[in-house]
Amino acid sequence: MPAQSIWTLLSWGPEGWLDDIAYGALITIALALATLPIGLTIGFFIALAKQSEEPSLRLAANIYTTVFRGLPELVTLFLFFFGMPILLQHLVRYFRPDTTVDVNSFVAGMIVLALIFSSYASEVFLSAFRAIPKGQYEGGYAIGLSNWLTMRKVIVPQLLRIAFPGLENCWLSLLKDTSLVSVVGLAETLRNASIAARVTKHAFLFFGVASLVFLALAVLSSFATNAILRSLGRREAQR
Amino acid sequence: MSAAATMVERPPPRARGWPRRRIAGYALVCLWILFGIGIVSYLFLAWNPDFFAKYAPAYLRGLGVTLALVSISMVLGAILSVPVAYGRMSKNRILSGLAYCYVYFFRGTPLLVQTYLVYYGLGSFRVELQSVGLWDFFKDAFNCGVFAFALNTAAYQAEILRGAIESVPRGQWEGAASLGLHKLQTLRKVILPQALIVALRPYGNELILMVKASAIVAIITVYDLMGNAKLAFANSFDIQAYIWVALVYLVMVEILRHGVEWIERRITVHLKR
Amino acid sequence: MRISLRIALAASAALLTLGVAQAQEKTLRIGTEGAYPPFNNLTADGQLVGFDIDIAKALCDEMKVKCTFVAQDWDGIIPALQAGKFDAIVASMSITPERKEKVDFSNKYYNTPSALAVPKDSTLKGVTKEDLAGKTIGVATTTTHFNYASKTYTDSTVKGYPSSPEEQADLANGRLDAIEDDIVVLQQFLDSPDGACCKILGQPSPQPVEIFGPGAGIAVRKGETDLVNKLNSAIDAIRANGKYKEINDKYFKFDVYGAES
Repeated sequence: MPAQSIWTLLSWGPEGWLDDIAYGALITIALALATLPIGLTIGFFIALAKQSEEPSLRLAANIYTTVFRGLPELVTLFLFFFGMPILLQHLVRYFRPDTTVDVNSFVAGMIVLALIFSSYASEVFLSAFRAIPKGQYEGGYAIGLSNWLTMRKVIVPQLLRIAFPGLENCWLSLLKDTSLVSVVGLAETLRNASIAARVTKHAFLFFGVASLVFLALAVLSSFATNAILRSLGRREAQR
Repeated sequence: MSAAATMVERPPPRARGWPRRRIAGYALVCLWILFGIGIVSYLFLAWNPDFFAKYAPAYLRGLGVTLALVSISMVLGAILSVPVAYGRMSKNRILSGLAYCYVYFFRGTPLLVQTYLVYYGLGSFRVELQSVGLWDFFKDAFNCGVFAFALNTAAYQAEILRGAIESVPRGQWEGAASLGLHKLQTLRKVILPQALIVALRPYGNELILMVKASAIVAIITVYDLMGNAKLAFANSFDIQAYIWVALVYLVMVEILRHGVEWIERRITVHLKR
Repeated sequence: MRISLRIALAASAALLTLGVAQAQEKTLRIGTEGAYPPFNNLTADGQLVGFDIDIAKALCDEMKVKCTFVAQDWDGIIPALQAGKFDAIVASMSITPERKEKVDFSNKYYNTPSALAVPKDSTLKGVTKEDLAGKTIGVATTTTHFNYASKTYTDSTVKGYPSSPEEQADLANGRLDAIEDDIVVLQQFLDSPDGACCKILGQPSPQPVEIFGPGAGIAVRKGETDLVNKLNSAIDAIRANGKYKEINDKYFKFDVYGAES
C-alpha cells in the first residue's frame, strides 16, 4: 500500500476519513443536545429540592450532587455502561426470562452525562435561586398565583437569566465530556478520529482534526449563547 | 405580655403530617439508603479474598501514581499559569492575543483529546523530537500525561489568577503606589494576599477536577488508580473493580473538598463580622 | 411540585424503556474488535473486514441466519456480550479457562502461535525471561499474550495497550523494546510500511495451553448450548466444503487452522 497523502486521508468518501469524522461530529452534537434538556430538568429539580424546607429532600439532593460531582466522569461511565445492563438483566429476568437488555452506548452516555451535567447545573440554579429576593414569591402569591404559577411565570424567567452564564459553562463542559463516551465505543468525533489514527498511523493529524472539531463547536456555541444573551437583554430593555 | 412576644418570635410551625414533599423526600432518601445497602451487600456477597489480595496492592500503587501525577502537573501548571495570566492582562496586543489563543484552545477542547494528541500524536514525530533531544521525555507515558495535564491546568489556573487579581479594586494599587511601593512589591505584599483569598475556592475546584480528570491517563497505558481498576476489571470481569475505585475517588474528592472549605474558613476569619 | 414529580417520573420511565429492547430471534448480532488486522479491521468507509468477518459470514450462510456486525473495543467485549449488545464474539478470541468461566465457546476455528517482535537494530537475542529482563514489552491488555507476558517476563515492564495498532506504533517509535502478539498479526504489521522498522524475534516456547488455549473460538453467553452446537456444525461444514480453505487462502499462504483437534 503506497503512503497516502494527507489530502487523500482527509478527503470525503470511501478513501478518506473526513466523512467519518464529520459523522462523528454530528453524533457529538446530537449527544450533547439530547442530554441538555434532561440535564437541565433534573438539575432544576435538584436545586428546588436543595432549597426546600424539607430536610429529607435536601439530604437526598445533597447525596446526589456529592456522588456525581465526586466521581470521575470516566468511572461513572464505566459503572453505568458495564454495571447497568447486568443489574437490569437481573431485574427483567424475574418477569421475562429470555429477554436481553441492551443499553446502547448513546443511551448510556446520555444518562451518565445528564447525571453529571445536572449535578453541576443544580449548583448554578441554586445560587440563582438565592439571588432572587423573597419579595418576588410574595408578590406572586399576593396577586393570587398558585405555587406552580408563581414558579413558572415569575421565578423561572428571572432564574434563567441569572443562571445563564453558569449554565453556559456547564454546556461547554458537557460538550467536552461527550468525548469520554468514545471510550465505551460510541462512534463520535474522537472515536472515529482514533480509528482513523489506528488504521492510518497518522495519529497527530487525526487527533489534531478532532481537537479542531471541538474547538469549532465551542466557537459555534459561543455565537449561539451570545445571540441568546442579546435577545434576553433586548427583552429586558423593553420592560 | 411576654407570652405574646414569644408567640410572635416563634418560628413557623413545622409542617405536620405528611405533605407531599416530605413523602417525596423520604422516598428519595430511602432510595439512596437502599442503593447504599445494595452496594455494600453486593461488595459483601461478592467479597473475594483472592481478588482483594491480588488487586489491593495494585490499587495502592495506582493511588500513588495518581497523586504524583496530579501534584506534579498542578505545580507545573501553576508556574506556567503566571506568564499566561500576565499575557492575558497585558496591554500588548500580540502578547494578549497569544495568551488568549492558548487559553481558548486548552479550555475549548477535551482533555482526552489533548492527552491523545500528546501521547499518540507526538509519537509519530520521534525523529524530529530525537534531534532536539526531547524524545527521552516523551518516551514515557507518565511524562506525556504530566505534560498534557500541566498545559491544560495552566490555562484554567491562568484564568483563575487573572480573575482574582482583577477582583482586587484599583484603589489598592493606587494606595500602595502612594506609599511609595513599586509594582512588584505592591503585587506581592498587597494584591496577591487579597487575590489568593478570592482564588482559593476556584483553585480547590481545579484541584478536584484534576484528580477526577487524572483517570484519563489510564487510556494511555499509565497504571494509575483507574488504570489498575481497568486491568482488574479486564482480568476478572467483576464490576466490583470499578465500585472499589469509585469509592476511593469519592473519598479522595470529599477529603479535598472539606479541606479546602476548612482552609477557607481559617483564612477568612478576619473578614467575618 | 405534583406535576413536576410526575414529569420526572415519566421521563425516567421513558429513559429506561428506551434502553430495554428485546433480542430478535432471526438475526444474529456478532461482536468483533476491528483493530486486529488481518483478522478484523475497520476501513475508511466504516466497513469491517478480515478473516474473522469472512469466517463469520460463511458460518451465518451455513446456519441460514442473517448476521449483523458490531465493532466493540477489546477490553469491553465480554461484558458487552454478557450485557446483550450482541450474541456472539468472532474476534480471534482464544479459548482460555478464565474466559470459559464467563462465556461458552465453540470449537476453535483457527490457531496460530504467539511471537515477539523487536526493532531491527535490537540487541535482543532470545525470548526468555532472562533475555528480556529490564526491557519494556508492549501487549494488548486482556489477551492471552498479555497474560503470558505478565506471568513470564516478571523482570520486565509489561505495558498494556487497548489494541494491537497502538502497541505497534509505540514499538515503531521506540517507546517499547519488544511487543508480543499473534504471529500473523505481527507479520501483517511488519509487511506494512510502518513495520519496516522491526522484525520477528522469535516465538516463546513452550506455549502452555492453559494460557494460550487450544485456539480461537466463538464466544456466546453462558448456557446457550444450542447456538454453540449450531456453530460447531457450521465450522465443520465449512471446513468440509472448501469454504474455509477459500477464505484461508485469501488471507494467508499457510493453513491457520493448525492441528486437527
